[in-house]
Amino acid sequence: MSSQPLRPVPGPDDASEPFWEACARHEFLLQYCGACGAVRFPPRPMCPACNSFDSEWRPASGRGRIWSWVIAHPPVLPAFADRTPYNVIVVELDEGVRMIGNLLDVPNDQIAEGMEVEIAWEDVEDGVSLPAWRPAS
Amino acid sequence: MALDEAGLTPKDVDGLVKFSLENTMEVEIVRNMGIPNLAYFSDVAYGGGAGCGAVGHAAMAIATGVAETVVVWRARNRGSGGRPWATRASNKQPGEMQWFLPFGLSRPVDQIAMLTRRHMIEYGTTAEHLGHVAISVREHATRNPNAMMRKSMTMEDYLNVRMVSEPLRLYDCCLESDGALALVLTTPDRAASLKQPSVLVRAASQGIGPDHLVMANYFTPNPLDTPARYAAQELYRLAGMGPEDIDCAQFYDAFSPLIVISLEEYGFCKPGEGGPYAAEGNLKLGGALPSNTSGSSLSEAYVHGMNLILEGVRQLRGTSTSQVHDCENVLVTSGNGVPTSSLILRKP
Repeated sequence: MSSQPLRPVPGPDDASEPFWEACARHEFLLQYCGACGAVRFPPRPMCPACNSFDSEWRPASGRGRIWSWVIAHPPVLPAFADRTPYNVIVVELDEGVRMIGNLLDVPNDQIAEGMEVEIAWEDVEDGVSLPAWRPAS
Repeated sequence: MALDEAGLTPKDVDGLVKFSLENTMEVEIVRNMGIPNLAYFSDVAYGGGAGCGAVGHAAMAIATGVAETVVVWRARNRGSGGRPWATRASNKQPGEMQWFLPFGLSRPVDQIAMLTRRHMIEYGTTAEHLGHVAISVREHATRNPNAMMRKSMTMEDYLNVRMVSEPLRLYDCCLESDGALALVLTTPDRAASLKQPSVLVRAASQGIGPDHLVMANYFTPNPLDTPARYAAQELYRLAGMGPEDIDCAQFYDAFSPLIVISLEEYGFCKPGEGGPYAAEGNLKLGGALPSNTSGSSLSEAYVHGMNLILEGVRQLRGTSTSQVHDCENVLVTSGNGVPTSSLILRKP
């Protein structure tokens, strides 16, 4: 019966499907070049460093630091309207790549650059889990 | 209208360059206006990053003899029309949006606010710095009868307005406008015989830079190096000029921090000094670099930055409502944070 608009969810493509499939199992993987070993994010078919199509998925630390953040105020997409003002952060992972996400359990005015975070999971739909972040223990 | 003003008719047009986002195809323009033949047509993608690049495509077509008279245009119902990111059929987000929208980073203002916060972290840029940018631009708009926002703004007004995406406030954001603009380009010889004083394209450049996305990119080694840094290098190389030769600038300003970043990337100050540069009054008429002299996207209208190019032309014709004295060379930039482009226009 819910008239609540659906939250946007990832539309996986060939390159990103392994990432999102792992997320659904609450496993956090990053894509590495199968030839030169360089890490890359967002995932893509070819390594920009050596142009190899070989890639492999390895477990990631799930730890990082807040690189930047915003607090979104209305008007926002209907699916997010009941959350305003809500945070969106960019996390710099220990592996060196950055990723967009939401920080859980921290009041907006206590978010700070460099804050150590670790991965959490938000189950948003059947078979869809998003990586989220909370202060590192 | 643009052709009339130039003293030309659709029969004279043999080229069109459009934004890829345009809804109207070249064939519709040809059929409705009675253009005999289009020898050249192309388009440039990446939304607000396209404008100066479209002019560059037209200028290259003319310089190589492929076409003689090319029209570049942008027409948009952004005020009354929909929001492209709010009307997707499914909640599944394809392409790069899969890394942004599920987390609620959905609006252009959110994407630029993220870069702005990082600029504040790295360089100490403040809300007041952004306020000085918005206030300088508004001051120019107060003299422009065609500007939508003509009431002068104080720092108090700026700081007290509501937040949209912290750290950005309402007055850091451009207007939402309906509008249509067109530029007519032709050979210098032909232009010299037309009704309006001509303005020359000294150089045009485009830039993407490494590892970029369609929208703001936080995934590169230094996201504060936007595509504008690459466009700037090419622009000055092609023009045989540097920032010291520019008398007046029209910076793309969908959001006020884009002016701060552009000041740095186009070489008017060092990285991190864009905020203080604006706070010193340099962007105002009489300052070191009068900028956005029509009121631009923040206060005149938002038509994907095409109105910035028109204002550059007016400055060189001496018809701006905030006219820069002895204006010889004008820099115009298109959207940064996205694949971008830029122009130097000059007096003949």
